[in-house]
Amino acid sequence: MIAGLALAVGVIVGLVLRPTVPHWLEPYLPIAVVAALDAVFGGIRARLDGIFDSKVFVVSFVSNVVVAALIVFLGDKLGVGGQLSTAVVVVLGIRIFGNAAAIRRHVFRA
Amino acid sequence: MTNDHEADAEETQPPDDERSREELADEEPSNEELNPERDERSREEPPAATRRDEVAFGSGIAPELASGASLDPTPADKSDPTPADKSVRAWKRLRRDKKSAGILIGVLTAILGFAIAVQVRSNSSSDSLSNAREDDLIRILDDQNARAERINQQIADLQATLDELQRSGNSDAVAQQQAERELQSLEVLLGTVPATGPGITADITDPQHKLKAEDLLDVVEELRGAGAESIQFGPVRVTTATSFTDRSGGVQVDGQQVSPPYRVLAIGDPKTLDTALNIPGGVAATARNAGGDAQIVEQQQVDITARSNVPSPKYAAPGGR
Repeated sequence: MIAGLALAVGVIVGLVLRPTVPHWLEPYLPIAVVAALDAVFGGIRARLDGIFDSKVFVVSFVSNVVVAALIVFLGDKLGVGGQLSTAVVVVLGIRIFGNAAAIRRHVFRA
Repeated sequence: MTNDHEADAEETQPPDDERSREELADEEPSNEELNPERDERSREEPPAATRRDEVAFGSGIAPELASGASLDPTPADKSDPTPADKSVRAWKRLRRDKKSAGILIGVLTAILGFAIAVQVRSNSSSDSLSNAREDDLIRILDDQNARAERINQQIADLQATLDELQRSGNSDAVAQQQAERELQSLEVLLGTVPATGPGITADITDPQHKLKAEDLLDVVEELRGAGAESIQFGPVRVTTATSFTDRSGGVQVDGQQVSPPYRVLAIGDPKTLDTALNIPGGVAATARNAGGDAQIVEQQQVDITARSNVPSPKYAAPGGR
């Protein structure tokens, strides 16, 4: 509930303030967003499974974002940034789909 | 993080049959119950162990201290908290305090929403190249260069085609002009159009009507022989098909009655034509012999207005050139 509200507030603030992405952050922001989405879907699934843990959520959220950004940063340094960010997005996408499937089973019983 | 939810979720990937889902359901709660506990314990244990070690170590020196510590670990905990302890307590507080956890989660999700909005906006802005990666930019540049090369090649091809077409158009125009000139000169020679130019006028009188068609034909032939390009005999344009026939009381030219005095107009070199008609035994002499006369005047401009009607060929068609 709080999370959904906060998400909406964040979107609105982002739309209203219209900030520009700092140049150094540009390659990492999309990856970080996807990683955070992965964490959020994991959290929703855990909540539906009844095993939600605030600590686990917070840590997984932060670590997901940091690790994803780190991987992309390393990839950029190694000259495979594009491919590696694709890889990260694919992996996170698979996980998001898995979690979404679990959520779907909970919500629709199907 | 041995047991974060995502890891769990991945390990227990959606099995579709009922049985495995039941297993999942059985497993997960137990995991859930165990995990937080295990987590806390594993975090609490190391400091406790080190403390006990210290106690054991120090027991030789100060047993009463050691025993005191072992009896009541909590005061020692509070008096000398290690960083690990601090974080553990922070987590504990977090777990206990639903409100602060909610706030933290709210902040994180708000940041996420903010980031999504920012990213979506910056991505949909027109200047999408500014946040492209360097190698992507190089690839895009390569693509654009290749495309420019292709387009330049196309331009060159089309330019060549255009030049060719223009050239052929020009040559067509030249050919058409040539043909028109040819047509005009042929028309002049055939006598289908009026003609103008230097030449002579010859007035042949024949009061006694002694000149025959033959003699008049001689006039035309002399003029032709002298290079006359266009001849008008009386009211008739003389062409290749012009006929002179004797009739009672005169001569018919192309079936048209003409009577003396005959006026002949010819376009050509005036001097040559004059000379041709005046040669001894020529036209002028014949006219004089017949009792008439031939007045030949050189003109700078002779206008021949009579036109002949050339029938279109019935049997002959243009042959191959």
